[in-house]
Amino acid sequence: MGIHESRIEFVYLFDVRNGNPNGDPDAGNMPRLDPETGKGLVTDVCLKRKVRNLIELTRGNQAGYDIYVREKAVLNLQHGRAYEGTGLKPEPRKLPKGDGAAAVTQWMCRTFFDVRTFGAVMTTEINCGQVRGPVQLTFAESIDPIVPTEVSVTRMAVTTEAEAEKQSGDNRTMGRKYIVPYGLYRAHGFVSPHLAKQSGFSDADLEAFFQALVLMFDHDRSAARGEMAARRLIVFRHRSPLGEAPAHKLFDRVTVKRKNTVAVGRSYDDYDVAIDRDGLPDGVEIDERL
Amino acid sequence: MSQGIRVHVWGERALFSRPEMKAERVSYDVITPSAARGILEAIHWKPAIRWVIDRIHVLKPIRFDTVRRNEVGSKASYATARQGMAGGALPELFADEERQQRASVLLRDVGYVIEAHFEMTSRAGPQDSPGKHLDMARRRIARGQCVWQPCLGCREFPAWFEPAEGPVAVHDGLRGTRDLGWMLHDIDFGDGMTPRFFRATMVDGVIDVPPLSGAGG
Repeated sequence: MGIHESRIEFVYLFDVRNGNPNGDPDAGNMPRLDPETGKGLVTDVCLKRKVRNLIELTRGNQAGYDIYVREKAVLNLQHGRAYEGTGLKPEPRKLPKGDGAAAVTQWMCRTFFDVRTFGAVMTTEINCGQVRGPVQLTFAESIDPIVPTEVSVTRMAVTTEAEAEKQSGDNRTMGRKYIVPYGLYRAHGFVSPHLAKQSGFSDADLEAFFQALVLMFDHDRSAARGEMAARRLIVFRHRSPLGEAPAHKLFDRVTVKRKNTVAVGRSYDDYDVAIDRDGLPDGVEIDERL
Repeated sequence: MSQGIRVHVWGERALFSRPEMKAERVSYDVITPSAARGILEAIHWKPAIRWVIDRIHVLKPIRFDTVRRNEVGSKASYATARQGMAGGALPELFADEERQQRASVLLRDVGYVIEAHFEMTSRAGPQDSPGKHLDMARRRIARGQCVWQPCLGCREFPAWFEPAEGPVAVHDGLRGTRDLGWMLHDIDFGDGMTPRFFRATMVDGVIDVPPLSGAGG
């Protein structure tokens, strides 16, 4: 059944070892924390950024998979790419005034994967509306409270001569990193078939999106991140566009718990992930993508 | 009120931005009638009907939290999109060059019961009986169906919903009368997107919402 005929929700589990999954600019780049529960957070926009990066990496040269909101890191990659190669056909220019804005919005949707998926605001001087994307992600939250650890490191060099003089030739600086020794995070997502229809988000796009969720951490290695990995992607697919059951009740069917025998979770093996399939509402299918 | 519905909505986080503090978003203390209408529209809406929020029951103590995120400071431009369509360079937006860090003061662990009814609009046809729309809305709420997942102010904060049955218990922390000040009622789309405000007063956790036409003055 196509995306335009079925509502979809998904549970996404990923983990981090000795890394910082998402720094908090308000807390000197410490891993984000829920101050009330001590659980770790990863924002929705952090995950979307990685989806965009993976799509750019794997399909950057494919027509219709351009990425609108880009990161600086891929600037050179972009410049090296000839835009003629994308096979884009210019739209007929002489459109009646009223339809012009809609045509631009549609063209943005057709050209850019992220506009079609997550939406975009195009309300500048000449208002050509905004696109509400069909895919919505929530904040990811860790299963257990996390205990960020500060790691001090030294650099055997200094940046400026002034610094060197101050240290009378010692030439060393101290730096700081924050790591989460281990954290298993859970995020929820929604795909609206109605909004998918409006933005032209297709079945192929949904596949590309899920593939991005599965692969994105493998292409986002850095000194800060440590080892991050996608662990599970459990998809609930409804038989109808409106859906067959409340989303929160489906999410409740996926339980993630630390094993009783383990005092502190330090690996994915220390957790049990269970899917309750008993009495699944009629017309809802579970599709395990990872 | 024969066409009324009551729906229980709740969620982990919520952000009903105050229009006067939008650069760094600060939430109102409670859900606005406008956001409540948005939730109902995510569940059921047709051009033939217009949702009217009558009453909001606040179920949980009002608590705030703050989150700072990297955001972009500019919008997709019409002009560059037009150039791109004409075969020029593709429009682009480099997130790291347009970087803004913005904090949001949001609400934690919220729950509301929204009482609402709908009115028929001038776009209603002969097949649009109020009973039909009421049944559709009630059925969808009971079955957890929606056109898109409703949210609590911003789309990253999903709203869960179910029918609200029976009397609403008042949380002890919400007893008494509390003046919540001037609050956004809704945007008047019929009058050039004019925002309308009302003086929100919470009495034992309940906010009575005045009709939009008489709101704010």
